[in-house]
Amino acid sequence: MKRAIIYFMEIIICFVLQSSLYQFFNLANVMPNLLLILVVSTAYMRGRSSGLIIGFFSGLLIDIMFGSLFGLYALFLMVIGYAAGYTHKIYSKDDYALPLILIAVADFVYQFLYYIFEFLLRGKLDILFYMRKIIIPEIIYTVAAATVVYKLLHIINNRLDRNENKEEK
Amino acid sequence: MRRRAKYNFNPKHLLIIGLVICISLILISFRFGQYLSPVRNAVGSAITPMQKGINIVGTFISDKIDTFQNMKKLIEENENLKDQVNILSYENKLLLQNKYELDELRQLYELDQKYLDYPKVAARIIDKDTNNWYNVFTIDKGTKDGLAVDMNVLAGNGLVGIITEAYYNHSKVRAIIDDKSAVWGMFLKTSDTCVVQGDLKLIEEGKIHVKFISKDADIKDGYEVVTAHTSPKYLQGILIGYVRDIKLDSNNMTKTAYLTPAVDFERLSEVLIITELKEPLIKEEPEENSLVE
Repeated sequence: MKRAIIYFMEIIICFVLQSSLYQFFNLANVMPNLLLILVVSTAYMRGRSSGLIIGFFSGLLIDIMFGSLFGLYALFLMVIGYAAGYTHKIYSKDDYALPLILIAVADFVYQFLYYIFEFLLRGKLDILFYMRKIIIPEIIYTVAAATVVYKLLHIINNRLDRNENKEEK
Repeated sequence: MRRRAKYNFNPKHLLIIGLVICISLILISFRFGQYLSPVRNAVGSAITPMQKGINIVGTFISDKIDTFQNMKKLIEENENLKDQVNILSYENKLLLQNKYELDELRQLYELDQKYLDYPKVAARIIDKDTNNWYNVFTIDKGTKDGLAVDMNVLAGNGLVGIITEAYYNHSKVRAIIDDKSAVWGMFLKTSDTCVVQGDLKLIEEGKIHVKFISKDADIKDGYEVVTAHTSPKYLQGILIGYVRDIKLDSNNMTKTAYLTPAVDFERLSEVLIITELKEPLIKEEPEENSLVE
């Protein structure tokens, strides 16, 4: 229960930060994708089911606030969370490099899916341009943000784990 | 462990359930999109105050930083502006005199005023789409301040965009530089119409496409483009920007050009909304009941 509330707060905070701090912290016109960092790092730390659920709800929130179709972002983020959950098997508490690589890959997949669904289907074929102007800068910026955000999430997760272990004993 | 065992689903089953929910949600919203707007309204009303709060903090910090950086610049600018005020106030007096004369002449000719002073509401931009692909943003006024869908949004003296969704305390605005936006425009000097179409590729260069200009249009770089009378949603005569780089299309029928918007979209923080909709075209006389209401 406690964990669910914490996750709920994390989703809301990430979303609000991502959407409203845009004008103050953007570089090269892109914003780091905080929700994606949250989804991938939770999946990495907790496994497939958690990644899937967090992905679904944060996607749904984006859908409700911005999307034209309900469920499209939820679908993207859910699948990404699920796939990232497979890496839970090689999860190690001291490894800070692997999650960054994971986040970079996941962000690329996310942006690519988005390009296909929203731009390619409208006949905008110049993928190299969108790659250069949006996808690559966003990945770099997201990874940079992830170095801090992942650490924070990791600390929160460890605290929760410790508390739960205590309760069970 | 007892508690955890209770929730121990197989992740694969969860994935299948999630997929089904998502796909059915997509289908439902595709078919019955308009019924979902109360949900958006409710969630939006909860999130908007938080965004506003963060915005206040963010603005405060960046304002403070800016203050120190800009002190010198401002002093210089202030002197320049004072000079300008003197010049402008003089010109304004001249113009006012002209206006009185014009009013009198109009009265003589019994002409209605062509451009009304539209009622306006000011609003602050509180967030931008989390997505980097689009130029849709949210403003902190909604239906309770008298806004409605399709109202025109201005900043300074130029067109910013149009309200696409209006909720209780916030609304969504699509900027004219957005990839999906297209506006009927008109050259002020020659009255030739054109279509002003946003393009993600050109945003970086601060330009917009202008398409479907008649081949015979006698236009030159720097001509003003305003919203056209043919536009169903935009009020007539709002400045969009200045045209340049006019080229004849390969089909030899139309010309295309680029347009520099009158509004600086990079540094947009406050906008004005015209709280008047363009008169819809009504085929038949409305019934009396609706007139009473």
